[in-house]
Amino acid sequence: MAETKIRPFTLNFGPQHPAAHGVLRLVLEMDGEVIERADPHIGLLHRGTEKLIEYKTYLQAMPYFDRLDYVSPMSQEHAFVLATEKLLGMEVPARGQYVRVLFCEITRILNHLLNIATFAIDVGAMTPILWMFEEREKLMEFYERASGARLHSAYFRPGGVHQDIPAGLLEDIHDWSKGFLQHLDDIESLLNENRIFRQRTVDIGVISAQDCYDWGFTGPMLRGSGIAWDLRKSQPYECYEELDFDIPVGKNGDCFDRYLVRMEEMRQSHSLILQCIERMPDGPVSAVNNKVVPPKRPEMKKSMEALIHHFKLYTEGFHVPAGETYTAVEAPKGEFAVYLVSDGSNRPYRCRIHAPGFLHLQGMDYMCKGHMLADSVAILGSMDIVFGEVDR
Amino acid sequence: MNEALKEMADLLEATRAQEVLQVEEVVGELIVWTSKTGLPVLLKYLRDDQNLKFQQLLDITAADYPAREERFEVVYNLLSLIHNQRIRVKVAAGEEDTLPSVVSLFPSAGWMEREVWDLYGVYFADHPDLRRILTDYGFEGHPLRKDFPLTGHVELRYDETQKRVVYEPVKLTQDFRTFDFVSPWEGILHLPGDEKAGEQGEKKKEEGAS
Repeated sequence: MAETKIRPFTLNFGPQHPAAHGVLRLVLEMDGEVIERADPHIGLLHRGTEKLIEYKTYLQAMPYFDRLDYVSPMSQEHAFVLATEKLLGMEVPARGQYVRVLFCEITRILNHLLNIATFAIDVGAMTPILWMFEEREKLMEFYERASGARLHSAYFRPGGVHQDIPAGLLEDIHDWSKGFLQHLDDIESLLNENRIFRQRTVDIGVISAQDCYDWGFTGPMLRGSGIAWDLRKSQPYECYEELDFDIPVGKNGDCFDRYLVRMEEMRQSHSLILQCIERMPDGPVSAVNNKVVPPKRPEMKKSMEALIHHFKLYTEGFHVPAGETYTAVEAPKGEFAVYLVSDGSNRPYRCRIHAPGFLHLQGMDYMCKGHMLADSVAILGSMDIVFGEVDR
Repeated sequence: MNEALKEMADLLEATRAQEVLQVEEVVGELIVWTSKTGLPVLLKYLRDDQNLKFQQLLDITAADYPAREERFEVVYNLLSLIHNQRIRVKVAAGEEDTLPSVVSLFPSAGWMEREVWDLYGVYFADHPDLRRILTDYGFEGHPLRKDFPLTGHVELRYDETQKRVVYEPVKLTQDFRTFDFVSPWEGILHLPGDEKAGEQGEKKKEEGAS
């Protein structure tokens, strides 16, 4: 019988699918159950953040960053405030730096907890999501006590943070940290030697170091492939230089290694949190420069100067000297950067947001080729995609 | 300029004189201006040279300056993991110009060039798949251009009678407001009804400045 050429079957995955992690429409061309081509259609959550920021003052632009990658809000605020501070030429006092780093690491744990939990549920493990969301809830409570909001914190400011952490918070974080490592061990005992989990992740979505360079992968994706690259170490910002931590790397660059890297990163973040608590210096949490940082309320009741500063900062905002910068931070998902162009006015002329997930998702086609349909879910889960930052 | 950046700048100016138009440094970051034809050559050199090794192309973006003759500035941000350096390559492009695509050099450029095309309308030649990426299916215009209104041109809603989503021109219930933050004390040069004082005032200002 003559062989008939079968046209590849086109399958729409998403945009409403629990394993699509948001609103991803993935058009898959299938040969039987093997993926021949994956074409992610993104932009369903595009809100025009970059355009909106061009019409806002620097302070008004800041909360947009919480809404990009909504599971690691503070890391992104961090990139924006660092970029603004670089153009302003500002220094952040020591306590401000430590508070920021403390919350960045809490953010990293929050992000990885969510990623591993959803990744596990995507490949069939039900329990981790129940256990990990409980920990997330505790951590978000710390967020709330510092900033007033569990998710969209808007806590960082050019020059420091909005206000000092409340009394007793450090002690409570310390208390929480005592049980956390045991918690991670429990999760690992469920997943690491779990036959189903291993079958779904080991040797799936293998990506070499060279491919990671070519496709612009950063963060745990890059480290999973064995490259010890972490901006906190290689281009240290804030007080990371004074802190002691290791960069976990994977060996094979598959989904399982990326999971292991994230697990170990949580342990490192846990140690960083403890170091921050131990070393937390006294002093102001934000720079004492009333041309940028608004004065405190008690001051405003007494000083006319402070009242004028407050009024000017919340109506006109501060002016940033003309210039441009590409400032990157090691967000939980990879290199998150802000390319900020200022024309000397009180609003950014251009604020480009570089999201790691955008480039990771681009590699979807390359990584899925030749894999089974079910593997695409594992690959997507191990990429740690959140659509807020991909679509912007 | 710090040592390493200076070395890189000198190296580029010495070896790639044809492609490098200008080298500058802003807040400790190196910016290299290049031409449209020189762009792929320069990026390939940056990627492959032993002293540079900019293996990762992490970001392609653009900025719009409507007043300039070539209004767009397309910006490439590269990272060298070996030498722990960053570099920014810039090329100017007009509305009608075509830039060479660098997908063959850096696969990561694919989506980012699509994004620049989508949001700015800068066309990339030889791109394997230059479709819109972030905006809606069937979207018209390039939203990040400075002359594109913040509110856009169309809005959509679910129509109960037609049982589908329909597009309509944007109707604003209140005019779009942009505030001019220039202080009247700094922004107004001539007070109304004060024309006579104008010339003298100007002179006084000049004297004050000198």
